[in-house]
Amino acid sequence: MNIPFRSGEEKKLKAGDVVLLSGNVYTARDAAHKKMNNRLPDYLKGETIYYAGPAPAKPKKAIGSCGPTTSSRMDVFTPVLIKQGLKAMIGKGKRSQEVKNAIKKYHAVYFLAIGGCGAFFSTKIKKAKIVAYEDLGPESIYKLYIKDFPVIVGIDSYGRTV
Amino acid sequence: MRKINASLIKKVVAELCQTANFKLRTDVKESLYKIYKKEKGLAKYAVSLILENLKIAKKEKIAICQDTGMTVIFLKIGQDAIIKGDLGSAIQNGVKEGYKKGCLRASVVDDPIFKRKNTFTNTPAVIHEEIVKGNKIEITVFPKGFGSENTSSLKMFKPADSLEDIEDFLIEKVKNFGPNACPPLIVGIGIGGTSEKCMLLAKEALLRKIGSMNKNPDFARMEKRILSKINLLNIGPSGLGGKTTALAVNIEEFPTHIAGLPVAINISCWALRQAKAVI
Repeated sequence: MNIPFRSGEEKKLKAGDVVLLSGNVYTARDAAHKKMNNRLPDYLKGETIYYAGPAPAKPKKAIGSCGPTTSSRMDVFTPVLIKQGLKAMIGKGKRSQEVKNAIKKYHAVYFLAIGGCGAFFSTKIKKAKIVAYEDLGPESIYKLYIKDFPVIVGIDSYGRTV
Repeated sequence: MRKINASLIKKVVAELCQTANFKLRTDVKESLYKIYKKEKGLAKYAVSLILENLKIAKKEKIAICQDTGMTVIFLKIGQDAIIKGDLGSAIQNGVKEGYKKGCLRASVVDDPIFKRKNTFTNTPAVIHEEIVKGNKIEITVFPKGFGSENTSSLKMFKPADSLEDIEDFLIEKVKNFGPNACPPLIVGIGIGGTSEKCMLLAKEALLRKIGSMNKNPDFARMEKRILSKINLLNIGPSGLGGKTTALAVNIEEFPTHIAGLPVAINISCWALRQAKAVI
């Protein structure tokens, strides 16, 4: 499945579906969320945030180990970002009721990636580039091009959970 | 007396940081292969990715998990060993070198509240030392990821509290925070001592092999009982439901004060990474 979704495509996804995602995602975790200060940058509108902080790349690799981090730490920031157009998130673990409500209301999607599998996921990331907050090191916002990146639909656009 | 050069300690620490992050502890790996056979559906799928991940990490020498942790180091220093040079710097510089060479993530911020600026070296490492007999130094490097570390807890129970109260507290912690800690988990429990000793016992419990029981039969039974209760929670691998929420429950106990009964829990994700060397 390609991301960003074509109009309405997210509605076909059902909680529990295993999906292979291809396209661009943007990493953002604790510090980047704090810096966004409740304003979703334009380049993230309609796009997917991957809650992750990659390890440095070895020579000839696009990126180092890069698996999901715990999503619930970002729960306090998420509803307002969804309201402003954030379409999908990839992370691990449960989300708050407020996040579930926002996902349902604005037809967003929360994907689960298997925690701890950073080495595996790094093989599904073909390109990586820092686009903001370079001073944050691993917490910078990276634009990643992913290919056949396996995720499970954790919360679908109707608010159903796995 | 035996002389040990600090430069050798630095070199060994640098190597251990990389080994720990590329190769999972054998007992944990074997345990994951066993549960793969037992799980079904999405849980089985999660374990299959975990096993594939381990193969890639070992072969390509890349970190099993991008959260290469805050580096915890356990030192057992023989009282007859003389260290030539600065031990503290040797260890911290070893961590710096190992994390840089191994392309391991720098995950440490300098002050925890105000600036939270990344130190970009993954130092300082947290060091626990113990003086033991002999003239050798044993070094264990234990990179601890914070998805699981954030689920830690300490409660000062009263001597009047029951065993059931204690077990309920522990199960409740796993129930609430387990899904975020990358299950299947290894649950470290400390009981007794003072507050800080108790937390340390819980972390040390994670050093013990899976399947090794506490030597005291009362605590061994408690380990077994808590493990079976946890595995009825249906959190399962990666929180997707299933039979295995924890691979092991290890308890370490210590005498305590007449007025107290401290209990601590320190959980590890399935990626329990440790490497040890004796110099």
